[in-house]
Amino acid sequence: MAVTRETAAAVRDVEQYKYGFVTDIESDMAPKGLNEDIVRFISAKKNEPEWMLEWRLKAYRHWLTLADEEPTWAKLHFPKINYQDSYYYAAPKREKLASLDEVDPKLLETYKKLGIPLLEQQMLAGVAVDAVFDSVSVATTYKKKLEEMGVIFMPISEAVHKHPELVKKYLGSVVPYTDNFYATLNCAVFTDGSFVYIPKGLRCPMELSTYFRINEKNTGQFERTLIIADAGSYVSYLEGCTAPQRDENQLHAAVVELIALDDAEIKYSTVQNWYPGDADGKGGIFNFVTKRGACRGKNSKIMWTQVETGSAITWKYPSCILQGDNSVGEFYSVAITNNRQQADTGTKMIHLGKGTRSKIVSKGISAGYADNTYRGLVRIGAKADGARNYTQCDSLLIGDKCGAHTVPYIETRNPSAVTEHEATTSKISDDQLFYCMQRGMNQEEAVSLIVNGFCKEVLQTLPMEFAVEAQKLVGISLEGSVG
Amino acid sequence: MALLEIKNLHASVAGKEILKGITLNLEPGEVHAIMGPNGTGKSTLSNVIAGRDGYEVTKGQVLLDGEDVLAMAADERARAGIFLAFQYPVEIPGVTTSAFLKTALNAKRRAEGKKEIDAMDFLKLVKAKTAVLGMPYDMIKRALNVGFSGGEKKRAEVLQMTMLEPRVAILDETDSGLDIDALKVVSDGVNSLRSPDRAFLVITHYQRLLDYIVPDHVHVLANGRVMATGGKELALELEAEGYAKYLETAA
Ligand SMILES: Nc1ncnc2c1ncn2[C@@H]1O[C@H](COP(=O)(O)OP(=O)(O)O)[C@@H](O)[C@H]1O
Ligand SMILES: [Mg+2]
Repeated sequence: MAVTRETAAAVRDVEQYKYGFVTDIESDMAPKGLNEDIVRFISAKKNEPEWMLEWRLKAYRHWLTLADEEPTWAKLHFPKINYQDSYYYAAPKREKLASLDEVDPKLLETYKKLGIPLLEQQMLAGVAVDAVFDSVSVATTYKKKLEEMGVIFMPISEAVHKHPELVKKYLGSVVPYTDNFYATLNCAVFTDGSFVYIPKGLRCPMELSTYFRINEKNTGQFERTLIIADAGSYVSYLEGCTAPQRDENQLHAAVVELIALDDAEIKYSTVQNWYPGDADGKGGIFNFVTKRGACRGKNSKIMWTQVETGSAITWKYPSCILQGDNSVGEFYSVAITNNRQQADTGTKMIHLGKGTRSKIVSKGISAGYADNTYRGLVRIGAKADGARNYTQCDSLLIGDKCGAHTVPYIETRNPSAVTEHEATTSKISDDQLFYCMQRGMNQEEAVSLIVNGFCKEVLQTLPMEFAVEAQKLVGISLEGSVG
Repeated sequence: MALLEIKNLHASVAGKEILKGITLNLEPGEVHAIMGPNGTGKSTLSNVIAGRDGYEVTKGQVLLDGEDVLAMAADERARAGIFLAFQYPVEIPGVTTSAFLKTALNAKRRAEGKKEIDAMDFLKLVKAKTAVLGMPYDMIKRALNVGFSGGEKKRAEVLQMTMLEPRVAILDETDSGLDIDALKVVSDGVNSLRSPDRAFLVITHYQRLLDYIVPDHVHVLANGRVMATGGKELALELEAEGYAKYLETAA
C-alpha cells in the first residue's frame, strides 16, 4: 500500500488526469452465465485476434469436459458453486455509497490502523469520490523509463496486440489450458492482468507492481499474469494490497505464469487480503489460484513469497518447475486463517535438471474456528542428479477450536537426491501472553508481536515497504482471536 | 501514602489457599526483601500483584498510589508502573530482544501520551543501558530468551527493567542460578535504579544477594504469611539458622 499512497500523493499534485484509458464498462455488460457466446463476447470486447479467441474456446470446450473434475482433494468445505450464476464480464456495479458513514465501521477501523489516507479509504470501500484517483499519471512516467530500458510492462490485453509473438510463445506454456478445472476456466474467460518481459541481461531497477498497471478495474476475478525474464535478467514483482479489498464477485480464479531463462531470476511477492467473510463465515471470496513458474534456463531462480490473510477459501500452490540445470526454486509462505476461514495452500517443487535446489518455508497460523492446511509436493525426477530440497512447515494455533494440517508429499526417483523435511506445531502460550502483557503490551499487540516473530523468516523476504505493511496486517488479521 | 500497599491479601490457586493474609507497605525509595522456603507462596505473591491468570484473590487489597491494582488488567498494571522480573523468563521465538523492548517501551510511552520513540534514540538508549549493565550489545539482536543461558535470561530481565523504569519492581529470585559476575550485574542494575520515588520487592532465597542490594526491610514468608519482619540483619540470621523455627510456628 505504500506504493498506492505515494501514487495518491503524486496524483493529487499532478494536473487532472487527461488520458481517457478507462473504458466505460457500464454499457458493456454481458448477461449472467457461461457459454461460448460469453467467451466470444469477452474476446470481442478486447478486440482480440483470432488465435486468442481460438485458445479461449479450446479452453472453454475442455472445461465443459471437466464438469466432474472440480478438485475435491483439498481440505476445504464449501457449497457447490453454480458457474451459471456468475458474471464473467463486468458484473453490474453496485450503487456507490454516498459517504464513508455508510461503510462498515469495522472496515474503516482497519483502514485507519493500516494508516490508509482518507481518499484511498473511500476508493477501497466503494464510495463515490470527486477527485480522480488513478495511478495512470505516475504509471505513465514509470512506463516511459521502463520502455527505455526495454522492459515491457503492460496489461496482457494490450500485449496480445503489441507483442503477439511473445504472448503466443509463452501464454499457457507453464500452465496449459488443460491444467486444472479453475485454470482452464481462467483461460476461457480471463479479463486482464499483467504482462512483463525483461530483456536479456537487465536487472530491472524498480519493483514492478500491479498498482502501476493501467486499467486494472474489474480484473481481480479472473486475472492472468505472464512474466518472462530473459537470459541474465532480474525482476521483482509485487502483487496485491494489504488493505482489505471487497469484491462483489465471490469466485476468483487467477493464473500466474513465470518463465526464467538462463541465469535469470524472478522474485514474485503477494499479499492477498480479499474479503474473508464475517466472523460467522458469511460471505467472503473463494480464491482458487494457479501460480507456477518455470526455471527453463540453467542457473535460473524463481522465488515466491506469499502472505495470505484474506478470502474465505484459499486454494493456492505457487510452484516451480526446475528444468534448467542448477536452477533454484524457493517458496516462502505465511497463511493466516481466523474465524471461519479455510486455507489449503503450499507449493510443488518439480526437480528435473541436475543440481537443482529448492527451499520451502511455510508458516501457517490458525485462529478461531479456522482450518489451515499446508500441502506440498517435492518431486525429484530421474535425471535430477544431486537435487536438494529443504522443507520447513511450522504451524501456530491460537485457541483450541482451529485446525492445522501438514500434508507433505515427497517423490524421489534419483538416489543422489537429498530431501529434508521439518515440521512443528505450536501454540501461543498463556505464559508468552502474560509475559508480553506484563511489559505493558495489550493483548492484541502481544499476539501480533508473537505471530510476527513466528513468521519473521518469511516476512523478511518481502521488499522493504511491503514487509512493514505485512507486519501490521498480520496483527490486524488476528484481532479478537484471543480471549 | 505508601507507594505499594498490600493489605491482608488472601489468594488461592486451584482452590487451595496459598496466600493467607499478607500485609506489606512499600514506601517510595525503599527496598524490601522477601525470603522464605520453597513452595511458600513468594512467586504466587508476585504473580497476584502482576495480574497473572489462574490466581483467585479471595480477600484483601493491593493499591498502587492508592489505586486499586486488582481491578486492572495485567497490561494496565504494567503501564501503571508495576514490573515483574520473572523467576522463569519466557522465550519469544523470532522476536529480537530489541524489537520486544521497543514494543514494550512504546506501549508505555503511548499510555503516557508520548509519541513512539525514534529508532535512533532507541538504539542510543539500549546502547547506554547495556553498557551500564556490562552486557554485550549484540544480545539485543537475539530472539528474546531463546537459547539464553540462565544468567543471560536474568540479565535480559534487568535490562528490560532499566529500560521501562517502573515505579515498583518485583524481582522473583532473579539471583537464583547466577554466578558471582552475573549477580553483580543484576545488583548493579537494581542499584542504579534505586531512587526516592521507586520501590523494590526483592524475592530471594539467599542472603548473598542482599550483600549487593542492601534492603531497608526483610520479611520472612512462610506458609503464606509474613512470619517476621526486620532489618538487613534478619537476612543474616536466616542464613545462619534457616527457616525451621518459622515453619514450626506456622504448623
Ligand atoms: N499454577 C499453580 N497450580 C497449582 N498449584 C500452584 C500453582 N502455582 C503455585 N502453586 C502452588 O502454590 C504453592 C506456592 O508456590 P510458589 O508461589 O511458586 O512458591 P515459591 O515461589 O515461594 O517457591 C506451591 O505449593 C505450589 O505448588
Ligand atoms: Mg518462586
